Amino acid sequence: MTGLQQFDLVIIGAGPAGMAAAREAGEAGLNTLILDEQPRAGGQIYRNIGRPILQDRSILGQDYYAGETLLAGLSHVLVTHVANATVWDVTTDNTLSFSVKGISRQVGFKKLLLATGAQERPVPFPGWTLPGVMTCGAAQILLKSSGLTPTGPLVIAGSGPLLLLIACQLIRAGVRIEAIVDTTPTSNYRRALKEIFGAIKGWRYLLKGARMLNEIRRSGVRYYKSATELTAESGSDGNLVSVSFRKGSVHHQLPCKTLLVHQGVIPNTQLGRALELEHQWDEVQQCWKPTLSENGCSSHPDIFIAGDSGGIGGAIVAEIQGRIVAKEIAYQLNQEGAAVIGIDQLRKTLDDQLAIRPFLDHLYRPLDMFLRPQGEIIVCRCEEVTAAEIRGLTQHGCVGPNQTKAFCRSGMGPCQGRQCGATVTALLADELGKSPEEVGYYHIRFPIKPVSLGELAGLSQSDA
Amino acid sequence: MAADFSFNRLPCHERAEVEITVEGQKIFALEGETVAAAVMHAGLRPTRTTPVSGSGRAPYCMMGVCFDCLMNIDGKPNTQACMTEVREGMVITVQTGAREVSGGDV
Repeated sequence: MTGLQQFDLVIIGAGPAGMAAAREAGEAGLNTLILDEQPRAGGQIYRNIGRPILQDRSILGQDYYAGETLLAGLSHVLVTHVANATVWDVTTDNTLSFSVKGISRQVGFKKLLLATGAQERPVPFPGWTLPGVMTCGAAQILLKSSGLTPTGPLVIAGSGPLLLLIACQLIRAGVRIEAIVDTTPTSNYRRALKEIFGAIKGWRYLLKGARMLNEIRRSGVRYYKSATELTAESGSDGNLVSVSFRKGSVHHQLPCKTLLVHQGVIPNTQLGRALELEHQWDEVQQCWKPTLSENGCSSHPDIFIAGDSGGIGGAIVAEIQGRIVAKEIAYQLNQEGAAVIGIDQLRKTLDDQLAIRPFLDHLYRPLDMFLRPQGEIIVCRCEEVTAAEIRGLTQHGCVGPNQTKAFCRSGMGPCQGRQCGATVTALLADELGKSPEEVGYYHIRFPIKPVSLGELAGLSQSDA
Repeated sequence: MAADFSFNRLPCHERAEVEITVEGQKIFALEGETVAAAVMHAGLRPTRTTPVSGSGRAPYCMMGVCFDCLMNIDGKPNTQACMTEVREGMVITVQTGAREVSGGDV
């Protein structure tokens, strides 16, 4: 392995955190490689930003086009950006394997930065696997990269800022939305109000939220607040035909060909899990996140994490964290004080940007039906394992997520637990009367993305 | 493929068109878009059936996380349609049930 190309820093993920870190690292003189799974940099928030597709810029709004300035960081002479790169293995002796269009390569690194972003929180409810049900994030990706809008009748259901944002973007695009079904529980408003001090400090975010709600109101789209018992129903062809829910004592059923769902986002921890980094359960955000030092260092001294993959903060927070972490890494590698200049100012800006979080986290905590589903609701989409099955396993001595794999194959399908992991932990915790922290999470193993044997064989030949 | 499942295209900046074959039917996609987007524009639903119960699925997350968009692309089963860009002459079919063992690269 001595002939491997070596980098001071390898960054995984070219979203706001990764792009900001790459620029900072390049300017600090670090030989930097940034790998990204998508054909173009931007992450999900700035997806396709280097080549915007929509003629009408008002649809996605200026927050999206703000990402254009971050791209410049990738053109620094010391920064190498490789697109279409899927990282599937990282070893603790600082070697990384990635695949580009069916051909794998290995590189060595001194420091590694995981900036793998967030994924939407899996939201198990009756019918969530039906063709026609997709996430709000998926609809946004289709809009940003293909200029496509969903087929109607269209209903948007769930809770969180992204739900409001995609609704506004589709309204601006002239798309008819039959209804918005807001599942934010009434009790959340009271809990969130206790965090109003932070919310006022983050008034810019509050203003954005108020503007979006106003835009939706003016559009005349039907808006059902505090809805429960969300269900998607199929027709004889197996595709989505209607959505039903309850508001107060009234049961509603609406014809529907596309249902966009959302219950917030959670850190994408797959890579950190496979690296066996330390993680902790965040009770407020109801998700796992890696344990990090103030400067973004994980439980492994050479592995850092920035952006949403370290805990949800959004695009601007991700960008600032990316810069802080890159400064810290440059300082550690160069041992030059100059690299940490400006870090205090960045931390202050970061605190200001994070002030709104407790308010948002309490406000948009999902309904229990999504976090701890019951009965015949599918939890593991790949292996089609239901909530009742997972819950029932505890009667047979199952004490943790890794045993559920052997009992019922949950987490063993192609997504490797990305869609069921959080729910399986929550269900076992529920049944066993333990905390999610005590129950733990799936043991994630490399390769974290499917890679063919032929490709592996090719890798060993090129090493020889 | 059914017109009533077809996702609508908004006015876009000019892109080259790419001809692909989806379920035996020739359609045009935009250069740079993913197979998942192209088949949704064409109105294909479902895009696979599951190996366990045979129920239909369609792209769900569009960002490579859920693996529900697995399709047979150029003879290679189990390919993530949302992570694959369209290419001229590509042949795409619905993945039915379990992937075939002899279907492609092991």
